[in-house]
Amino acid sequence: MSLRGAIAIVGAAESTDLGKIPDKSALELHVDAALNALADCGLTPADVDGVASAGEMPVDVADYLGIVPEYLDGTNVGGSSYMLHVRHAMAAISAGLCETVLVTHGESGRSRIGMTPWAPAPQSFMAQLEVPHGPVGAPSLFPIGVRRYMAEYGMTREQLALVPVVQRRWAAMNPRAKLRDPITVEDVLASPVIADPVHLLHCCLVTDGGGALVLTSAERARSLDLPHPPVYVLGAGESSESSVVSGLESLTSSRAIRVGGERALAQSGVAHADVDHLMIYDAFAHVPIYGLEDLGFVGRGEAPAFIEDGNTAPGGSLPMNTNGGGLSYTHTGMYGMFAIQESVRQVRGTAPAQVDGVDVSVCTGVGGMFMSSGTLVLGSAATL
Amino acid sequence: MKPVPTPTPDTRDWFDRIDAGELTVPRCAACGSFFLYPRSSCPRCGARSVELVPAAGTGVLLSFVVNHRGPAGFEAPYALGVVALAEGPRLTGVVRTDRPDRLEVDAPVRVAFEERGERRVVCFDLEEATA
Ligand SMILES: [Zn+2]
Repeated sequence: MSLRGAIAIVGAAESTDLGKIPDKSALELHVDAALNALADCGLTPADVDGVASAGEMPVDVADYLGIVPEYLDGTNVGGSSYMLHVRHAMAAISAGLCETVLVTHGESGRSRIGMTPWAPAPQSFMAQLEVPHGPVGAPSLFPIGVRRYMAEYGMTREQLALVPVVQRRWAAMNPRAKLRDPITVEDVLASPVIADPVHLLHCCLVTDGGGALVLTSAERARSLDLPHPPVYVLGAGESSESSVVSGLESLTSSRAIRVGGERALAQSGVAHADVDHLMIYDAFAHVPIYGLEDLGFVGRGEAPAFIEDGNTAPGGSLPMNTNGGGLSYTHTGMYGMFAIQESVRQVRGTAPAQVDGVDVSVCTGVGGMFMSSGTLVLGSAATL
Repeated sequence: MKPVPTPTPDTRDWFDRIDAGELTVPRCAACGSFFLYPRSSCPRCGARSVELVPAAGTGVLLSFVVNHRGPAGFEAPYALGVVALAEGPRLTGVVRTDRPDRLEVDAPVRVAFEERGERRVVCFDLEEATA
């Protein structure tokens, strides 16, 4: 049984506000986004029989909304959790376990309302093997491989700085993006050094916000009176590896992105050349560079030149992170939901910085410091 | 006070040996593979027979960042690196140097230990500096 095109994203929406939302808790942001996504497809909580969420428990989301669930998915593998929720819902809906799944995200990343303080559990491997050596959170751990990448492939500091520069150009076209003023390579390299070679402008934002998706079978989607065309899930994949950076198979490549991406593309039957639009989780500037290579869009070591040549920029051959990304649009902590939202908008043709003729969008999330990854291949009706 | 690890039952022996000034690398008695982090079963074959083998104490700096601000007790700038030990597995640790801006990848390093109260924590010195 092929699950290609078996389910559709019929509702997709973000929280009413993004950025600084001190009057809503993290759970409320899940609910706000959920109600927006249900309104987006003309359904109500009573139509939902499956709930998936990360950060907050699906139990709490379902109860807040008055949903009586028959399917719960609390998969939490960090920022890529939502890609996995979609993949698991694909299996569950196709197997008849439930009919309509609501996937929700919400985080008070900046205001910290209703959030548990972030700290690795004292007996986690991160706390045992990394914390004693003085990392300052993700900015010192996530980019540790960058210097090795520079040494092996000759990437320059200027090329790394181009990632936020190009994404800011997309953000400039998106009124909801938090940072929209143009920046230059010089601006990036003149911003404060956080963990050399990483400067402040190589790092993502910290914001409040939420997002939600409504998924159902492609068959049911066609019977609903929807204000937007359904976006079909053509392929999905997921993987994981070590919970500590020193345990990763490679410092210059992500096995989790590679394994999950290969699976998603194979299932979709879509060739790289037929991908019109790409979202790659950008908690830090190097992640899209790794992602372009690990997903096979370019060869090993070729991503910096690919970006430098304008391929991912407005007007380029492979528009990437067109909402401005975690570097300029928004980043609540588990950004994956926002990458999916932008892929859906691009396939629907409703994105603020809309690319012409997007029928296939690939969307890749990352959790932890490359510890997990999920990839979705989304398509319009024309791709079925 | 800088943080110290809180070992779990599966890592305690490895950390205790560090406290005694000895770095070891876990090795599977069944298939012979070396691995880190320490654990009670082999990630390659699943065997539960793991022994701690004394490490040569040498390695290569695979990559690093230079932190320009640090937690309490860490004097910035300092280099936080991932080292490939001679036995193969990798470890995270601070590379002790006065000039972190001059570090380069592939620099040969030697394991050292920093005293932190009751415990010791692994760090690395450049080979030249210890020669
Ligand atoms: Zn073994």
